Amino acid sequence: MLNIKNLHVKLEEEDKQILKGVDLEVEAGKVHAIMGPNGSGKSTLSYVLSGREGYEVTDGSVHLEGEDVLALEPEERAALGLFLAFQYPVEIPGVGNMTFLRTALNAQRKAKGQEEMSAADFLKLIRAKAKDLKIDADMLKRPVNVGFSGGEKKRNEILQMAVLEPKMCILDETDSGLDVDAMKLVSDGVNALREEGRGFLVITHYQRLLDHIVPDVVHIMAHGKIVKTGGPELALEVERNGYTDIMAEVA
Amino acid sequence: MPAIAKEKLAQLKRDTTEERLAGMTAPMGAGWASEARAAAQARVRDMGLPHPRDEYWKFTRPETLVEADAPHAALFDGGEPHLFHDRARLHLVFRDGVLDEAASDALALDGIEIERLGKALDTDIHWARDTYGVLEEAGQSPVPRPLAALNTAYATDGVVIRVTGTPAHPVCLTYLHEDETSDAILHHVIRVEKGAEMTLLETGPGAARVNQVMEVDIEDSGRLHHIRAQGRDHERRAVTGTFARLGTESTFKSFTMTVNGVMTRNECVVTLTGDDAVAHVAGVCVGDGKDFHHDDTVFVTHDAVNCESRQVFKKVLRNGATGVFQGKILVKDGAQKTDGYQISQSLLLDDDSQFQAKPELEIYADDVACSHGSTSGAIDETALFYLRSRGVPEAEATDLLVLAFLAEALEEIEDEDIAGEMVDRLSGWLERRAA
Repeated sequence: MLNIKNLHVKLEEEDKQILKGVDLEVEAGKVHAIMGPNGSGKSTLSYVLSGREGYEVTDGSVHLEGEDVLALEPEERAALGLFLAFQYPVEIPGVGNMTFLRTALNAQRKAKGQEEMSAADFLKLIRAKAKDLKIDADMLKRPVNVGFSGGEKKRNEILQMAVLEPKMCILDETDSGLDVDAMKLVSDGVNALREEGRGFLVITHYQRLLDHIVPDVVHIMAHGKIVKTGGPELALEVERNGYTDIMAEVA
Repeated sequence: MPAIAKEKLAQLKRDTTEERLAGMTAPMGAGWASEARAAAQARVRDMGLPHPRDEYWKFTRPETLVEADAPHAALFDGGEPHLFHDRARLHLVFRDGVLDEAASDALALDGIEIERLGKALDTDIHWARDTYGVLEEAGQSPVPRPLAALNTAYATDGVVIRVTGTPAHPVCLTYLHEDETSDAILHHVIRVEKGAEMTLLETGPGAARVNQVMEVDIEDSGRLHHIRAQGRDHERRAVTGTFARLGTESTFKSFTMTVNGVMTRNECVVTLTGDDAVAHVAGVCVGDGKDFHHDDTVFVTHDAVNCESRQVFKKVLRNGATGVFQGKILVKDGAQKTDGYQISQSLLLDDDSQFQAKPELEIYADDVACSHGSTSGAIDETALFYLRSRGVPEAEATDLLVLAFLAEALEEIEDEDIAGEMVDRLSGWLERRAA
């Protein structure tokens, strides 16, 4: 589903290479996890995939179901089915959460040549999805992420994912800033979305999220490359021994 | 300034003023009205029409508002009905500054007395006599507003309204621009009696060039809600002067939405003369193009105890548009417990657009809370990316953020239904422009 080949990325502003040849394939229906020490390039990978400015791809390619992702604007990538759950969800004062969700959903439907969803149908949809994530009416009415706690922001990301039903979900450090209960809620939300046609790329620093969202494949990223790939047991190894051993092993 | 230069400037202003006055004839009126007009004309001569060297005309070039002939302004058809069209209202239609009685409702509504300006000036309606040109004159100090005095001297049409009760509907004035060189001078007088309450709606550009004055006198516990939209004509020019005097426990809320127009100068002079009065003056403006110039010049005087005033102005400027805000809060000696608030903000969508702000506080009482702030900023790129990453195209995402920016000022409109209509229209305009 998602094919990343030999991806090289540097910062636009300075001559600093962040990704130095990332190769990765996420199949439909699978959950891949990327773990790695700070500064390994995990978050940069998520930003580049979603089309954030400030990065320059110097080599390599990214395809989603055969489409050249790097040639597309962020909104086109979203319409193609790519979704990034942000590590730091953005606050947008003055834009109601419902308005935001409905605008996003209808923009994607429009891009796919579908009818816009009526206000009534949307309300029905959002109420059902919000309930599963314990998001109350007040959170839906408030401006996007404004005054939300860390946990609420992350739940709001998962709500967007549930409403937009992307094909390929990238979760960037979704566990950061979450307490145990919030992590459970968010993980349940993600697990509910796991299905045949959908791929996941879960980026995390710690193993604990992977207790809840059990991955099919675990990659270790370091110095801008995938240095090791294995099953869920690889995450446990990191948990026990830290990254030092793996780094030494692949050096 | 050296004495010679000063005298030269004064002479220049005299010449410009005489040039303008030479082409104008004062409409007739009853004795008192003629006197009021003559006095106003003398004020104009005394002050001289605005010149770029004048303190409050440094950011806005007054020439096109001052010169004898109104600059040509192409007609504009937005292909949609004017705002407030499907609302229950007393509807009056002005074409290029002249009331079209046939197209308007009869001048009758329970809770108000309403007359056409010409008729009021021809007769001796005491409350009109006590107000016409009086509040304008009071508002000439400490800052001269010569174009408003010019208006009092030469106004050709308008309405005078005395609010005695609480009319069931708003009065709505729709201004049509149908002549490319029309030069309108409109003058409205509104007197709100004790405990009475009314909503006044205004919509449309008015003429190629409009000079409009509205004098508002609100007695104790009276309330006036004023909401206006200045039309979407790209080329029209407007200078407006709102002069309000507030009695004890009275309320005045005025909101203006401006989209397009090459030149707009909205002056608002509010004096809180009775204790516990509330005055809110707010506005949003959306300007596009290097010819666009929009100026809000506001002067609020607190001359009573425990009054509240708010000034909330937001401007969105793109493609080289210019925005100006000059806002002052004057708290007089003894005006204790004053709560004065002022905010002016601009959202600059490119590097060519500019916003100039001159916030002023002058306080002679020692127990007051006054705050003011002014900011200029660009669109929040992080928020823009967040919206785009969810599939919202860039233009639409920008519009959402523009509306979000304007939201704080739009919230100043008390009537949620009217506020909703304004927001819908505004978002429609933004969408169409983007398309």
